[in-house]
Amino acid sequence: MESLLLSINNLTTQYITDNNIIHAVNGISLELARGGSIGLVGESGAGKTTTAYSIMGLLPKLTGKIIKGSILFEGKDLTLLSEEEMRDIRGSKISMIFQDPMTSLNPIITVGDQIAEVLEIHGTSNKNEAQKKAGDMLEMVGIPRGRMNEYPHQFSGGMKQRVIIAIALACNPELLIADEPTTALDVTIQAQVLKMIKELKNELDTSLILISHNLGVVAQVCENVAIMYAGRIVEFGALRDVFSKPLHPYTEGLLNSIPRIEVEKERLIPIRGMMPDPSIVPSGCIFKPRCPYAKEECSVQAPIVSKISDRRVMCLMHEGVIPNTMGAANE
Amino acid sequence: MNNHSDMIPILQVKNLKKYFTTPRGMLHAVDDVSFAIQEGKTLGVVGESGCGKTTTGRAILRLIEPTSGSVVFNGIDITSLEKNKLRIMREKMQIIFQDPYSSLDPRMSVASIIAEPLIIHKRVSGKKELLKQVQKLMEMVELEDRLSSSYPHELDGGRRQRIGIARALALEPQFIVCDEPVSSLDVSVQAQILNLMQDLQDRLGLTYMFVTHDMAVVKHISDEIAVMYLGQIIELSPAKDLFAHQYHPYSHALISAIPKIESKTDETMTILKGEIGSPIEPKPGCRFALRCEYCIEKCLTDTPVFKTIESGRAVACWRAEELSL
Repeated sequence: MESLLLSINNLTTQYITDNNIIHAVNGISLELARGGSIGLVGESGAGKTTTAYSIMGLLPKLTGKIIKGSILFEGKDLTLLSEEEMRDIRGSKISMIFQDPMTSLNPIITVGDQIAEVLEIHGTSNKNEAQKKAGDMLEMVGIPRGRMNEYPHQFSGGMKQRVIIAIALACNPELLIADEPTTALDVTIQAQVLKMIKELKNELDTSLILISHNLGVVAQVCENVAIMYAGRIVEFGALRDVFSKPLHPYTEGLLNSIPRIEVEKERLIPIRGMMPDPSIVPSGCIFKPRCPYAKEECSVQAPIVSKISDRRVMCLMHEGVIPNTMGAANE
Repeated sequence: MNNHSDMIPILQVKNLKKYFTTPRGMLHAVDDVSFAIQEGKTLGVVGESGCGKTTTGRAILRLIEPTSGSVVFNGIDITSLEKNKLRIMREKMQIIFQDPYSSLDPRMSVASIIAEPLIIHKRVSGKKELLKQVQKLMEMVELEDRLSSSYPHELDGGRRQRIGIARALALEPQFIVCDEPVSSLDVSVQAQILNLMQDLQDRLGLTYMFVTHDMAVVKHISDEIAVMYLGQIIELSPAKDLFAHQYHPYSHALISAIPKIESKTDETMTILKGEIGSPIEPKPGCRFALRCEYCIEKCLTDTPVFKTIESGRAVACWRAEELSL
């Protein structure tokens, strides 16, 4: 049954300016099954949003560039499509929700018209149908149809995000990319919106890529998780497995550094040091300077992807190059 | 706090109010808030946007003038102090802001930002001593010496927040209001800053009022927690006890809404209906009533009394004792 909807292969995206190259995404591969869900997790600068923009074809024209790799969506390589072809796909087959609900809506157009607009542009409905469908969409995200003619400023943050979700789902896309969709919301409102995203995803059978720095948020919605660090997917697997028994030192570091309400921690264990400079390409493992398990080999040899049953990890400990001391410390 | 009834708290806030006049009526940002903090302890203040937690912190320091109420710090009511006396008092009461970028002057170097309070409050007598003090403060917050001539924009968020902390520590305060100090930081850096703040507290005997919307952070850092809703403290409790069980339905919803890593929270989660109400001219009755699944008629008409129901725990809910949440 499981057919592939999206397959990213060795994607490398850079931002190139006159005097600098930012290596934002460095050869990532990722597969998403139809109806599946992946959480992209990482800190600022990990390349999560650049990955999303690469899929959407929304990289800044002057600087952003896909250097190599392919993004196969329903078998078509999105990196080879023209701007017109991409425009047909964006909003109809692939939709994206952005973090800030305050700036994603047009302040001088009613929310009803903003939903209807998507339907009309993609030619799925005529004007009357589009208006009716816009009302349906609003109701689906829990906003009374009667508020169709109101403007964004008349809605609270949580309500605005619902409107944005209604717009994103209006054309019943195959793939929804949600970039930090609840980060700007209060926790009780976040709970409402997450629940809704999950319900709609199941109802409409939409596949989902959820980008978040919040491990808890991803855990609520996604089956699989990809941990990103410095433009690489350092670990991938079923979410439960990855969070309960991380294979990569960075994943472990993330879990150790966050305070958790369900786990008593006298003291947090931070990941030492800082994110690496994305304009420098290291010779060995990118995480080496911050890794508590690193050995000399790590500064020389760059890790490749190791497959461990259904999981993938990029670390020399799992290539047998250096001894795996991480498991030992865990036991 | 348990068994601290005989101790005199370092900070005692009583019936603090801060109202703002708006075209649509009086906005009750902070509405009759009372609490005390023991020396060397951390009070966490949590709540969602607009609950008044930031305004409470600022009103305590008189960065905004309270409308009424008293703030007794080391036995002195600072709400009635004149400006010059307040200034001396402020040496002992400092604040760390959320955004370590916009709270630092972009044209000042790291060293001069940290030196500024020392100069203004005439704490040092010469350039040499000033440099020594700045160096000591930078060491205290683990900022590398070589950064002293850098500017804030050259540094990452974590280091910027360290500057903010060093500046707050310059005058050797006893009490610091920490207003969302780690909210804009990445998790690995957040942990570094939280650890630093705990170490400094142990070392210098600091007292914190830690304002945040992040329930996991507040649980981790606090001895006691005050949960705010629409300008009022609706539950006050030792941190651990609050997470074990809640008396107020809002605290319960807030805690159950936290997305957990281990489990899908759906089944156990109380999803609140509706959104936070308006703080403008609030009507009598419980401010949470319309969103509360346990609401009875009395809740709509009578404002609940904030009262102690077990040692160290107080709550403002008519049904607190009969509900088991």
